[in-house]
Amino acid sequence: MPGSGEHLAEEARGGSRLALSRLLTAIESRTARAEEALRSLYPSAGSAHIVGVTGPPGGGKSTLVAALIAEARGAARAVAVLAIDPSSPVTGGAILGDRIRMQQYAGDRDVFIRSMASRGHLGGLAGSTAQAAAALDACGFAIVFIETVGTGQSEVEVASIADTTVVVEAPEMGDEIQAIKAGLLEVADIVVVNKSDRPGADRAAAGLRAMLSLADAPESTDPHALRPKPKRPEVLLASAIDGSGVPELLAALDVHHARHASADRPRNARIARARAQVEGILADRLREVMWTTYRATTEEILEQVAAHHLDPYAAADLLASALGRDPAGS
Amino acid sequence: MTDRPLKVLIAKPGLDGHDRGAKVLARGLRDEGFEVVYTGLRQTPEMVVTAALQEDVDVVGLSILSGAHMTLLPRICELLREEGMADVLVTAGGIIPDEDIPALKQVGVAEVFGPGTSIAQVAAFMREHAPQRAE
Repeated sequence: MPGSGEHLAEEARGGSRLALSRLLTAIESRTARAEEALRSLYPSAGSAHIVGVTGPPGGGKSTLVAALIAEARGAARAVAVLAIDPSSPVTGGAILGDRIRMQQYAGDRDVFIRSMASRGHLGGLAGSTAQAAAALDACGFAIVFIETVGTGQSEVEVASIADTTVVVEAPEMGDEIQAIKAGLLEVADIVVVNKSDRPGADRAAAGLRAMLSLADAPESTDPHALRPKPKRPEVLLASAIDGSGVPELLAALDVHHARHASADRPRNARIARARAQVEGILADRLREVMWTTYRATTEEILEQVAAHHLDPYAAADLLASALGRDPAGS
Repeated sequence: MTDRPLKVLIAKPGLDGHDRGAKVLARGLRDEGFEVVYTGLRQTPEMVVTAALQEDVDVVGLSILSGAHMTLLPRICELLREEGMADVLVTAGGIIPDEDIPALKQVGVAEVFGPGTSIAQVAAFMREHAPQRAE
């Protein structure tokens, strides 16, 4: 049926970039049409290499992604980018300014760049980034780059939806103590010291290598391991401006993907991704039911908590038992 | 969750190097609650239309001070129609002589905002005239 989610998905898969773009809008707005489209696309997804690119603001993530697009296009691979920028917590507005670094591909149908506002989602992504990536995957893009918002130390969500996570640091990232803190660097499969044309880049890379190599074993391949082992990421130097190190970075991404796409790939990575998606959708559904079917109950319970007549744990239990009986809101 | 923010592309087609106005507008529209895709200076019509298509924007706001508006703006409107985006609201701002405005409106520019226009006026116009799309 024209206008249905399935129809939109079919058009997008058939190569209509306008349909793909409209589909991504529907996914961002979490409409019923998007859900229908994603259901029909999901079986076709799973073959793209999903690459997360994260790191502090101003580290050169967008410029590096632009350089990687050029490299991948040299090998005739279709590339998509999801670039996430933060939404204002006050007005909901956003400046989406990543594609300004990626303008040279206008007219190339096999490069598709889409900005997403985070819309209140924390963790460095937008709430629907995983679904948007799945749609691009199903539409035949060989590589999907997910560029996170500029991150601090603990926005690590991208690692749960990417096959390969690249952390981009600038030479002035700080001393070796920054490299042994828990957080962002721990989820890296590859660490790039970008702006290698700047002074201090070699020293920063050496410092990172020294500290990251302390991980006592490469990442666990045992799917039943009780405690995940720390990763031992490769540290590369690159300069997105003059292009040095970029071919090596793309090659390293390919090696990582080949190793992980093989049969012995830790099952937990795939399960973790599935879990992140299902938990996200479940939370949305519960919130939806809470504020539609059970709006009056919810408001009453919140009043009681605000007045300290009811503690928040008891309130959550009350709501959970009400919602649990009716998770679909029907 | 269908009450999505309005999405606006702010671009500067052509060869002038003055982007202060476009940046101030982008920032002002952000504060109006819009999602603003900012693509900056020296855009060809093809770049503007590719960005509008891939971002699925509701509005394209073009800032131009070079005098080439009678060439660039009709071309952008034409390309938008070719790509199936005839419903996108196109507005222009910058230095555009009054006598050119009727011709620009003829080719599909919905409104031309001259110097002195307030951000609130621009935002109100965009809210009122952005296409109503089925979710």
